[in-house]
Amino acid sequence: MNKIVFSIYRYNPDVDKAPRMQEYTLDNPEGRDMMVLDAMLKLKEQDPTLSFRRSCREGVCGSDGFNINGKNGLGCITPLSAAGLKGGKIVIRPLPGLPVIRDLVVDMSQFYTQYEKVKPYLINDGKLPPAGEFLQSPEERAKLDGLYECILCACCSSSCPSFWWNPDKFIGPAGLLHAYRFLADSRDTATEERLNDLDDAFSVFRCHGIMNCVAVCPKGLNPTKAIGKIKSMLLNRAL
Amino acid sequence: MVLNQASLKRDGVQDYVSLRTSAIVLSLYTLFILGFFLVTPVVTFEIWQALFANIFMKVFTLLALLSIAVHTRIGLWQVLTDYVKSASTRAVLQFFLYALAFGYVAVGLFVLWGA
Ligand code: SF4
Ligand code: SF4
Ligand code: FES
Repeated sequence: MNKIVFSIYRYNPDVDKAPRMQEYTLDNPEGRDMMVLDAMLKLKEQDPTLSFRRSCREGVCGSDGFNINGKNGLGCITPLSAAGLKGGKIVIRPLPGLPVIRDLVVDMSQFYTQYEKVKPYLINDGKLPPAGEFLQSPEERAKLDGLYECILCACCSSSCPSFWWNPDKFIGPAGLLHAYRFLADSRDTATEERLNDLDDAFSVFRCHGIMNCVAVCPKGLNPTKAIGKIKSMLLNRAL
Repeated sequence: MVLNQASLKRDGVQDYVSLRTSAIVLSLYTLFILGFFLVTPVVTFEIWQALFANIFMKVFTLLALLSIAVHTRIGLWQVLTDYVKSASTRAVLQFFLYALAFGYVAVGLFVLWGA
């Protein structure tokens, strides 16, 4: 791979009538493997108008979610070798289903609105904690593993067809993962209110177990499993 | 369950349970009919009629017909709310598709208990 060809989605609503794909070629004489984000930073040196978000460059901040060769992922932790080639190129598009602000920068408002709905913070009526600190057994703490690690990159929700069609009503995998993170927390006392808020035909039950979210999560999390747990909690309460 | 399913407002938990129970009934019915064809060497009109003369078979078939109605109603509502964003178009489509589903159940009833 001495020359790598990229095809990147470009759209500047102020100037362009319609989005287009632009080709870029990156010289890579030593045939080095690198992260997609590093390659894109080099392309940005060629063409400073190419816009995308990034910050930590190590899979922690969740800024650089892109659709890389048809699959959502973080540019900074996806090696070119793992991304592979699609028709001899690396095709990069914005996260699907979200409004484009410019090039690969998407408007995440809908995503955050859904996140906000699940009250992603600890609610405690003050009866539980002993003076001083909240105590949690190692078993209770272990229930939060696989839930708290989410970095809100939106790779999952923007790959979920149910979220594409109803982003205003369906919470989406990321929001629901957080909902379950607080439902499962032994220190949280708002379980009933949380379940009441989720108990309708859309918020949770629009998930049909398609599992796109699991396939793309760069942190290896399993939103479908968390959603299944919420469904069981709602079900047990109703039966 | 059936009465709840006839109401306009959807209930997530109720739909989830109804969708799955009706799916189980329909799978069992399909397996049963398949099994019947497998174990019966020649299916004549008399054998077929005798099968449906059995009260167990009638109840089972009725259950399967109602399950089809419930299953299609919920399923269609989910698909239509995904893909048809205009409420009025959706209402019209829903009316026709539900009427069609109801028609199937009605025809089934007449076949079961008709002449
Ligand atoms: S669950 Fe995974 S894919 Fe979804 S927002 Fe969190 S880290 Fe990103
Ligand atoms: S499992 Fe549910 S949340 Fe995940 S992609 Fe599928 S429908 Fe969306
Ligand atoms: S740049 Fe922070 S996650 Fe990729």
